[in-house]
Amino acid sequence: MSTEKRITRGVLIRRRFMRNKLAVAGIVILVLMFLLAFVGPFFSKYRWDELDFLALLQPPSSSHWFGTSQIGGDVFALTVRGLQKSLIIGLLVAVFSTGLAAIAGGFAGYLGGKVDRTVMWMIDALLVLPSFLIIAVLSPLYRGRTWLVFVVLLAAFGWMVTARIVRSATMSLRERDFVRAAQYMGVPAHKIVFRHLLPNVASILIIDATLNVGATILSETGLSYLGFGIQPPDVSLGSLIADGTASALTYPWLFMFAGSALVLTVLAVSFIGDGLRDAFDPGSARSKNI
Amino acid sequence: MVVLASTLGYLLSSLAFDPRSNYQGANPPIPESTINSKLDNLGVNPAKPLLSRYATWVGNVVTGDFGLTVGEQDVNEEISRRIWVSLRLLVLGSILGSVLGVGLGVVSAVRQYGATDRAASMLSFALLSTPVFLLAILLKFGAIDINNRIGTTFFYTIGEYSADFSGNSWDLFVNRLQHLILPTLSIALGGIAFYSRYQRNAMLDVLGSDFLRTARAKGLTGRQSLFRHGLRVAILPMATFFAYSFGLLVTGAPFTETIFGWNGMGSWFIVAVQSNDINAVSAVIVFSAVLVLLSGLLADIAVAALDPRVRLR
Repeated sequence: MSTEKRITRGVLIRRRFMRNKLAVAGIVILVLMFLLAFVGPFFSKYRWDELDFLALLQPPSSSHWFGTSQIGGDVFALTVRGLQKSLIIGLLVAVFSTGLAAIAGGFAGYLGGKVDRTVMWMIDALLVLPSFLIIAVLSPLYRGRTWLVFVVLLAAFGWMVTARIVRSATMSLRERDFVRAAQYMGVPAHKIVFRHLLPNVASILIIDATLNVGATILSETGLSYLGFGIQPPDVSLGSLIADGTASALTYPWLFMFAGSALVLTVLAVSFIGDGLRDAFDPGSARSKNI
Repeated sequence: MVVLASTLGYLLSSLAFDPRSNYQGANPPIPESTINSKLDNLGVNPAKPLLSRYATWVGNVVTGDFGLTVGEQDVNEEISRRIWVSLRLLVLGSILGSVLGVGLGVVSAVRQYGATDRAASMLSFALLSTPVFLLAILLKFGAIDINNRIGTTFFYTIGEYSADFSGNSWDLFVNRLQHLILPTLSIALGGIAFYSRYQRNAMLDVLGSDFLRTARAKGLTGRQSLFRHGLRVAILPMATFFAYSFGLLVTGAPFTETIFGWNGMGSWFIVAVQSNDINAVSAVIVFSAVLVLLSGLLADIAVAALDPRVRLR
């Protein structure tokens, strides 16, 4: 035993994760998508808002890799731009909403009483209505404004389920000795939550943040598809698919690339989230795995 | 909770929408006094304080009157026409989705790592990563392609039934069914994927349990023990997910209805948001809140029916 090299938890988790073939495939796909989204524009001959009036509705060719749209936009440049927007929104919202969930769930679970009841009441109220409906109703508020308002709204209505999980995890940690010790030493509540409780639920937060990226991309593209999300002239994968489907039977390149990019990205993210869960917590992986 | 949800819906839409913009910029311009009287008639004039508008709306809703749409049609009438369209889609979709999903999950769990299990897992991963609108579009194109290949229109991709239809009631039923297949599928497929994943894992947990071994030991066949002891336990968490996932279904309806040209609550919601129609949007929100809560109630009843421990309490 003593001759064996000691393995830290991080190394162990990384090893378990790398053993999962689907999760590694997910990482590879996601890295490729990021490369496509952020390095792709440098290789494209056209800008996403540039129109080529000599090539309307052309199928994919050497000059327009993914073909051109009805008004001569380069579909490759548009798809890359849309992918960029969808990825950024997915990441930002996942970070914001998971952070919000950690704070709300952490304090509700630790403090209990009135705070807990208020937070749970808010969670229940927001869960009764599908957040999609609420954001669609609020969409006139960000029409003509920056897309960051849209990000804030998506985060504001996407934290509830994670907060519930964090709350129940914190409640079980609350009675543990290290928390007691901190309390008796006079550490204030907010420090206990941030220094002692939340680091202990970090695995939950990391997994949920990953899965939230996928969920956010799905709801963002859905809203954009109906015109309630990213507003023209800017594009997201959702609005690209919406524009492309009007005549997609005869001109499939208009939406196929955006559609496959979307499905591949979300698929990759869910593989990674799954792999992370298996790696962090091999015991419970079978029961909650999706 | 319905009260809370409807309050939220009404207040948010009142804050976000500008019903006046529907009349402004018309040519010839509509006089300001006419706009005001029109808005007063709808009960959405921003000149009146929000709370008093809300009080009037609640008073009317309690007596069963949802007010008028922007087009000055009765919201109640629209609801009564559209509600069945949506319910047919949602109820069929959720039943198909949950039953087939649970079935698929059980089969996958029993034959873990078999060919069926692998195919089902990959397929449900792919389906869960495909948004409803993309799935509906792909189904639509696939159906059109099949129609072209077989030379007749088997799948209808627009509307609930053919408008120029003539024939007896059986033919009409078949015709409606042909319209129903694709929208229901696009709603059900997501449900199948969702439930089969959860059911597979719940079932795997149960399969290794002691009580199932006991059931086999006392002489039940594999099938009997599986259905009477295994499935009954493994299906319990599904009932809870059912309530959650119904919200997901309600979210799918606007896309499916828009893409397949159904005049249901979902497509109405989209039109209402686009036309700043506070009364119509609030009505749809009340409708979806009622649906989500009803499904929660159904889930509770199902749990009570399946789990004797809950019944005793």
